[in-house]
Amino acid sequence: MNPRRTLATAGRVLSQIRHDPRTIVLLLVVPSLLIGLLAWIFSDTPVFDTVGPAMIALFPFIVMFLVTSITTLRERRTGTLERLLSMPLGKADFIIGYTLAFGLLAVLQSTVAVGYSVWVCGLSIKGSVWLLLAVAVADAVLGTSLGLLASAFARTEFQVVQFMPALVFPQVLLGGIFLPRDQLPDALRAISDWLPLSHAIDALQAVASDSQDAGYVGGELLIIGAWIVGAVVLGSITLRRKTP
Amino acid sequence: MTTMVHKSAPAAVVRDLHARRGKHPVLHGLSLSVPRGLVVGLIGPSGCGKTTLMRSIVGVQIVQSGEVTVLGRAAGTASLRGRVGYVTQDASVYDDLTVRQNLAYFAAVLGASRDDIDRVIDATDLAANTGQLVGSLSGGQRSRVSLAGALLGSPELLLLDEPTVGLDPVLRAELWALFHRLAATGTSLLVSSHVMDEASRCDRLLLMRHGEVLADDTPAGLLSSTGTHDVEAAFLALIASRPSSDPAAREARDS
Repeated sequence: MNPRRTLATAGRVLSQIRHDPRTIVLLLVVPSLLIGLLAWIFSDTPVFDTVGPAMIALFPFIVMFLVTSITTLRERRTGTLERLLSMPLGKADFIIGYTLAFGLLAVLQSTVAVGYSVWVCGLSIKGSVWLLLAVAVADAVLGTSLGLLASAFARTEFQVVQFMPALVFPQVLLGGIFLPRDQLPDALRAISDWLPLSHAIDALQAVASDSQDAGYVGGELLIIGAWIVGAVVLGSITLRRKTP
Repeated sequence: MTTMVHKSAPAAVVRDLHARRGKHPVLHGLSLSVPRGLVVGLIGPSGCGKTTLMRSIVGVQIVQSGEVTVLGRAAGTASLRGRVGYVTQDASVYDDLTVRQNLAYFAAVLGASRDDIDRVIDATDLAANTGQLVGSLSGGQRSRVSLAGALLGSPELLLLDEPTVGLDPVLRAELWALFHRLAATGTSLLVSSHVMDEASRCDRLLLMRHGEVLADDTPAGLLSSTGTHDVEAAFLALIASRPSSDPAAREARDS
């Protein structure tokens, strides 16, 4: 990895997005609007305080997954990726550059979503808001890195959009939002233990209810981090300088 | 044009190259060499394997067998990546960046200077468009941005896949003048075209059909050896004298 080329790549991705203000607005506002809608739906019940933290994990994760996978797929399809790989750009420069650029957007998006949930929707957070933000950011970066990986296995935009239900929905269903994970059938419980979104939701709920110490949340963050690193490494393996 | 004999080794040497594009065999034992410091035209109809050959020289094509040596090293070697410039047929540039932002990014990847960006903008006549989004440019302007990106860092070998398609005649003449200026400073160029009348602008010609080289000569040498007056007629004369270049005949011969 070469820092100059990695940062140039991240800067280039951010300039591309800067030329598309509508995407920026959607990226920053949509998760908050959905969280607001949920708070409104459950306004006379205590449900929002239980599912609210999970939503902070969910929406940025899904949005970043979609945005990243489509952007990188576009790069593969327009020939710019082949051009870059015929130039002295390392595969890691490319992948980490993308992760940095979208990671920065993820920080902004999560900040807006957490701020809106806590101060506008009145989500009660008994633990540290900063820790909540840290988990939310890790989760959005996870969406970015999985999106990068998914784009390697799609040839068209249609396919990459199908990866969303295929890779994301099972994690949502098994993540403990619909049914607490300890009440799942044993086999599903075991599977859900391996899915990164389960750990993100556990961590957010732990911070919200202040039921666990910071060490527990740190452990969950480590698991999410391992998934991010794994997806980035796998993603760079799928970049091929030579194609048939 | 000139038939300079260079003492240095050729810029690229291809020996017995077999390659498929996707699932289709395209190159069947192709051999050729690209001399240094000249504008070499790679002329042939669409689908004859020009792009696959260029991709093989750049080192982005998976080849079945054969040897491709570029600037003394195996094609695709990491140290060649800054020394070989490649312009694909469809402009590979970012539509959602301005001309200058595109070039600034490619320059950062190549380690080229800011002055170099201004040099290639002037060379490709894009000075009036530097602040425009590439997506808003015409097709010809977009392909010039792609070309400008390949000129960054002054690569020793330039591979240009149909760089003049869709350009107006004045601009086309300017680009050919640019190619010759680059060659005069020692750059080796391989320029593909399916337009036969561009052949006369080259120092040397490689005529290709069905993945094989029909002729490797100067334009004048080609015309005199075939007894014709233009490259199109020479092409037809060569095909007539080589019935085995037909794919059906070749399969019969190979089996």
